[in-house]
Amino acid sequence: MSVEVLQSGLCTTVQDMGRFGHQQHGVIVSGAMDTLALRLANRLVGNPENDAALEITLLGPKLKFHEDQLIAICGGVFSPMIDGKPVPSWRPVWVSGGSVLEFGQAKKGCRAYISFAGGIDVPQVLGSRSTYLRAEIGGFKGRPLKKGDSLQMNQPNDNSMQLIGLLANKRDRFPFVAADWYIGETMLPSYEKSIVRVIRGPQFDQFSQESRRVFFQQEFQISPQSDRMGYRLSGSRLELEQPLELLSEAVTAGTIQVPSDGQPIILMADRQTTGGYPKLGFVASVDLPILAQRKPGTTIRFKEISLMEAQQEMMKVEGMIKTFSRGIDLITRHATRS
Amino acid sequence: MDFDPFCPLGDSGIVVTLGDGIDSRTHEKVMALLGYLEEHPFEGMVEIVPGFTTVVVYYDPIRLFHLGVSFPYEWVLGKLKEMVSQFAGRKAGEARRVEIPVCYGGDFGPDLVEVASHNGLTPDEVIRIHSEAEYLIYMIGFAPGFPYLGGMDKRISTPRRRSPRLAIPEGSVGIGGEQTGIYPIESPGGWQLIGRTPLALFQPDENPPSLLRAGDIVRFRPVTQEEYVALGGAD
Repeated sequence: MSVEVLQSGLCTTVQDMGRFGHQQHGVIVSGAMDTLALRLANRLVGNPENDAALEITLLGPKLKFHEDQLIAICGGVFSPMIDGKPVPSWRPVWVSGGSVLEFGQAKKGCRAYISFAGGIDVPQVLGSRSTYLRAEIGGFKGRPLKKGDSLQMNQPNDNSMQLIGLLANKRDRFPFVAADWYIGETMLPSYEKSIVRVIRGPQFDQFSQESRRVFFQQEFQISPQSDRMGYRLSGSRLELEQPLELLSEAVTAGTIQVPSDGQPIILMADRQTTGGYPKLGFVASVDLPILAQRKPGTTIRFKEISLMEAQQEMMKVEGMIKTFSRGIDLITRHATRS
Repeated sequence: MDFDPFCPLGDSGIVVTLGDGIDSRTHEKVMALLGYLEEHPFEGMVEIVPGFTTVVVYYDPIRLFHLGVSFPYEWVLGKLKEMVSQFAGRKAGEARRVEIPVCYGGDFGPDLVEVASHNGLTPDEVIRIHSEAEYLIYMIGFAPGFPYLGGMDKRISTPRRRSPRLAIPEGSVGIGGEQTGIYPIESPGGWQLIGRTPLALFQPDENPPSLLRAGDIVRFRPVTQEEYVALGGAD
């Protein structure tokens, strides 16, 4: 099964949940920026949550399906259309071979994920199919997709086949059949939310009282120089009480580091493994998908959360994903029985 | 120690600090804890990354919740405290010694003359000083397989270039301030380039993917251009 790239979009890459276990060798984690959307997109087509899917950014690609294919689109709202007909998101969609999927500009959010039943067939490199752009490994030939590329899909598993069975018998509605059930938007975090929760970092107390106050009270703008590596913010200058010389050490996704210019940078999926700037705080893991969906030029505000709450929130999201997954299983099992 | 050795790194990591400066004693503690954790991984541990004075331990809170732990951070903190007390006094394993062949000067080391003149030396003296020393790898970071080396002779330290190069070829050996290092992949950078190694420092098809590891002791061996090519180096 193959999909041909007619137009590449701005930065369309193959991503899974990331490459873990090699940070001590300087190998970055990479992976989807909005892991929640990726996991759900995979679930909706019967894949394991960690399967490789496409991450599209701000301006989506144009893809031609050479064979029938089960897909799901989750994440930001990009007004996807198949052969000119709007395609609903957050649900399985059975696409007819020969049709073309295209996207408009991002209306809400700035990244979306297209999952394919069976997952994208690219080799695992160091345990992951995520694209590591700088080292040019992983994903599709270690780079963003280009016009003319052809993506191969793996054979769908039994779960996917059951979902396909559900939709494929409604074949009259060319060029695609979308499931009439979906993940409700009200259940998901809002991509227009501008408040991001933050746990204090090791150098929090070394920032001036004024900077600490301003950090939680004022808005910061996401600069146009933001990318998969980091979100650069502009706002009030954040200052240390006294200059601080720190040694490089390992960092993590969501680290809010403040270089000497006082403008914070939030480390994202393609961050380097180590860093030496003062760490003011960390965006709670559960809010990283929300941040990943904030467009450059928009603003965010920070709200403090305790470490304990941040971990409990992770468990809540996990519970939500489990509920959705059970729902999907119930629908498929019910349908195959009747 | 006048600092708290344990500190959360967000909601899925803990920093264990074992000293307050770059020195071999702290480094030995870092390597000993790294070795201990690799041999005795705890439930929910994802990976560990050594630094100059720290070991960062990443863990999966969800896995621990599923095991019935009510506050994963506290649980991991308890585990680490127990381990740090157990491993105290433990010695790190014998350091590996790795020789890095380097073809100095010429097209491979366009800044060798600059480094020499900045320090009032001849290019040959720079090569001799650079290749005589033993370097300790404190950590790998910045780029895949990039070693943070300690031990460069201050007589060859040279400030970074005022305008960084946009693309430094893979394998380039450079000096930036009081540090020396090797670029494992083509990258932009401001270091003074003095030579190039034919060895691949980043080997994505191997496990581990980095030729060098924290704790290794490195020496540079000057080679001719012919040897460089014979060792697999590209022009």
